[in-house]
Amino acid sequence: MSSWQSISTIAAKVNAGQAKATELVEQALAAIAKHEEFKAIIVTLDAAARERAVKIDARVATGEQVGRLAGVPFIAKDNFLVFGAETTAASNILRGFNAPYQSTAIEKLEAEGAICVAKANLDAFAHGSSTENSDFFTTLNPRDKTRVPGGSSGGSAASVVLELVPFALGTDTGGSIRLPASFTGCVGYKPTYGLVSRSGVVAMGSSLDCVGPLANSVEDTALVLEIMAGKDSRDSTTIERDPKGYDLENIDISGKKVGIITEYMGEGLDPKVAERIRAAIESLRQAGAELEEVSLPSLPLGLAVYYVLTPAEVSSNLSRYDGQRYGHNTPGATDLHDSYTKTRELGFGAEAKRRIMIGTYVLSSGYYDAYYKKAQTVRTKVINEFEAAFKSYDFLLGPTAPMPAFKIGANTDDPLQMYLSDIMTVSANLAGIPAISLPCGEVDGLPVGLQLFAAQKKDRQLLNFAAKTEELLHG
Amino acid sequence: MAKLSRDDVLKLARLARIDLTEQEVETYANELSEILQYVEQLSTVDVEGLKPTNQVTGLKNVMRKDEVIDYGYAPEKLLENAPSVEKSQLKVKRMIG
Repeated sequence: MSSWQSISTIAAKVNAGQAKATELVEQALAAIAKHEEFKAIIVTLDAAARERAVKIDARVATGEQVGRLAGVPFIAKDNFLVFGAETTAASNILRGFNAPYQSTAIEKLEAEGAICVAKANLDAFAHGSSTENSDFFTTLNPRDKTRVPGGSSGGSAASVVLELVPFALGTDTGGSIRLPASFTGCVGYKPTYGLVSRSGVVAMGSSLDCVGPLANSVEDTALVLEIMAGKDSRDSTTIERDPKGYDLENIDISGKKVGIITEYMGEGLDPKVAERIRAAIESLRQAGAELEEVSLPSLPLGLAVYYVLTPAEVSSNLSRYDGQRYGHNTPGATDLHDSYTKTRELGFGAEAKRRIMIGTYVLSSGYYDAYYKKAQTVRTKVINEFEAAFKSYDFLLGPTAPMPAFKIGANTDDPLQMYLSDIMTVSANLAGIPAISLPCGEVDGLPVGLQLFAAQKKDRQLLNFAAKTEELLHG
Repeated sequence: MAKLSRDDVLKLARLARIDLTEQEVETYANELSEILQYVEQLSTVDVEGLKPTNQVTGLKNVMRKDEVIDYGYAPEKLLENAPSVEKSQLKVKRMIG
């Protein structure tokens, strides 16, 4: 059990005057200081957080109901624009950047009384699966310090598992919320594409990027989504929220049809991970759900599609970092072109450069059709297979990752091997569908994640089913 | 099969406005070739009759009123992040010789 109560309980106590926002912020800041060795945090927002907490307590003292997240401390991945500290996306090129406005997601959480206490480490610009691509430092896995926490939202996941705060925000372009949730042992949720506004979030792959929560339970996850979801005039890709909202409902899972994705259960899957997933399948069966294997033959192509589309979008999104308007600028350049190239040479890490150059290659004249357009067309094939499967099944299921957390340094010399960590997560992003990673037991003391998927815009149904699954797994 | 030469890497770096060290050119020539070889598996996939996906939730032409919205961003505040400012304007290196 976490040292934090459920988010709704904390907020109820603050609203009732039984707990103080100021004390909750101090508890979070003390926990952050205590666990500094794990390097989950880039910067704390001490002053801003304390100031907000005092105001919230004062409002409660006048009898006001502050909101559904009253006084609840949280940590944001450092690619969210937040007042009170620099926003760096863990990159050298954004060092010293102070956000002139805040992300919509942060604004919505604050409007309900939540307090951002720190910014979490990530792979720079969210490019990676381990936080080893952070330009600053690598976050250690709370369960085993010699291993990675997963990425790119590794600092956010470690923050939840170290109990620094009740929840953290992450972003998921190809698994960056779900993979670290799986590697550290918390819940990680990637909503339907467009359900949560990305205004004020450092862009990576814009046709895939999603904002989502990491938390201790599905209940907390659903509450955070409930508050963040919905259309935003500042992000034209946002979609309408479910009219019923996302608060959990008690559902009966007997008779629910669940497809076990054949392609994720075979070759390349650690047999001990497979055992944990099969045990979860058995629990669901005993509870009355109907499970059977279903083949989506194009899913193994998802990773290749992803590693064409993402670098292409990255090369475009990262072209804005030129050192002229904000961020790092390398002095001593002779002319503007020289200033660009020198700034970007020092400002970008190896993975950002790698992706920018791959993106530049696949988008260049003569290669565009062969790579980019072809990848977008294979993406359609992947989407069609998901759509066909969801005609027969309410949900799909598989592992979140083919293996538990790997050792720090194990994949750093082999970028392609690192990319393979995302093989079971990227397809949900390609199809824009919601997916969740739930803790599903351990293998040799390391957490394993169970992944559940639903059709686009079935976030409410997926969360309700995930909550029941969570009960079965943790009894 | 895509195998990038040193010149290919230098050309990409130039297009992407990134200076590379000698060592980086070597490393990227190998790594980028390996990644491109991996994604080349897409070339043999049959996509007969399928269209490329640009927008995954099917949104089209999202419009808003063409009006000024005051977000309250003061120009001075926005310029605080700039490396070099003169008379409330960004100062950059000469573009034309």
